[in-house]
Amino acid sequence: MTQTRYTKDHEWAKLEHKLVTVGITDFAQSELGDLVFIQLPTIGKTVLKGDEAAVIESVKAAGEVKSPVGGSITEINEALVDAPEKVNEDPMGEGWFYKVTMSNSSEWEHLLDETEYAALVAKSS
Amino acid sequence: MVKFAGYEMPLNYPTGIIQEHNHTRQSASLFDVSHMGRILITGKDSTKSIESVSPIDLVGLSPGRQVYSFFTNSAGGIVDDFMAMNIDSTYQLIVNAANTSIDLDLLKTHAQANCKIALVETHSLIALQGPYASTALSNLSPECSKMSFMDVRTLLLDGTLCTVSRSGYTGEDGFEIAAPSEDIECLTRTLLEIPGIAPAGLGARDTLRLEAGLCLHGKDISPQISPVEANIACAIPAARRNGGIREGGFPGARPIFSLLEKGSSRFRVGIEPHGRTPLRSLTPLQTRNGRIVGEITSGSFGPSVQKPIAVAYVDISEKEPGTALHAIVRGKRLNATVVTLPFVQTRYHQN
Repeated sequence: MTQTRYTKDHEWAKLEHKLVTVGITDFAQSELGDLVFIQLPTIGKTVLKGDEAAVIESVKAAGEVKSPVGGSITEINEALVDAPEKVNEDPMGEGWFYKVTMSNSSEWEHLLDETEYAALVAKSS
Repeated sequence: MVKFAGYEMPLNYPTGIIQEHNHTRQSASLFDVSHMGRILITGKDSTKSIESVSPIDLVGLSPGRQVYSFFTNSAGGIVDDFMAMNIDSTYQLIVNAANTSIDLDLLKTHAQANCKIALVETHSLIALQGPYASTALSNLSPECSKMSFMDVRTLLLDGTLCTVSRSGYTGEDGFEIAAPSEDIECLTRTLLEIPGIAPAGLGARDTLRLEAGLCLHGKDISPQISPVEANIACAIPAARRNGGIREGGFPGARPIFSLLEKGSSRFRVGIEPHGRTPLRSLTPLQTRNGRIVGEITSGSFGPSVQKPIAVAYVDISEKEPGTALHAIVRGKRLNATVVTLPFVQTRYHQN
């Protein structure tokens, strides 16, 4: 079963076995506006929880994707490099950034669940 | 919404910056620019008073016309840039929101005996920009389509007496309209009901002016930058230049004349990065062998050219179009080329 968790920095994470897919939430993409540049991590790179794993730039601002969990990068969504707008169009689906093999499953437990994240967004907007 | 010079302003509407930008170039967009300062200058000493703080030629500005100019400081830097209108022989200056009080102080300090300077706070300003603007606005007043770029008229639009100029800051044909604030909402709604007109915010205004190679005060021009370095010295008319009929007589005339004669050591140019990474302001520029030769002052993604674009000041040795440079972004050296401004040709209208 897939479960989705969130960070207070508006990343989402989906867990399937030990593999975590990472992206930014719909709230994050709508705040940033039209994305024009995405820099993905390299496969095999080790990231710690909270590390800047990807760079994102919209017309109006630059930002980063902080890894929700630590581990080894096992897959990246290369289609985003030439089509950053996919993140605006489908942030929770086709707009995923990378997959990371989680090294410490206790980090997962500290992420926000759907209800907690919804409450955070309600406060921010 | 964003805070800008004390105003709460829309950065974009729900369609987003790129869509608003493209709509402006293809049809027409309505911008709320009420944050800009409007200064009214009256009295028989008005011409002399304004010319004492700016290299403008007001004697040459006929009633019903507008001109672009700037206030200068004693070092020859740009205190602010503005549009000056001659309306029935009184002057109105449209200045940048963030500089309005500085400009007012400057004008009041240099005002001669018979000259009254007042901030107009009763009116709001909107800009209708794009190739469809003239056709659309002619529905409200047929006179609009007869105006040329930089013409100014007092016209009745939707029952309200407005000051209309054929100008803007997007590189497109268009109009800027000042109307009494109590009528502006009604006029805005009327305009937005015309098919083909959509609202646009500050974000699109910035990408449009960037593509058109137009300077933003506080970023591309400032009190530390002269009009010669900014490549806008063409706005200093012959009458105020060395050997002109009313030569000099504005702050910084001597350093500006000297730069005009000898050339400046840095120059404003366009920069095109080779990759997709946008180059933002303060990004350093280096030669291929690592010497710092400039800095980006404005940069974003250009929706019409569909690639990142930027404006920078570079050492005069690097100003030629085609010069290869490196931009330093997040510690990486990215290839970039010096290019001629603007990125998108302006489409002003002449009758």
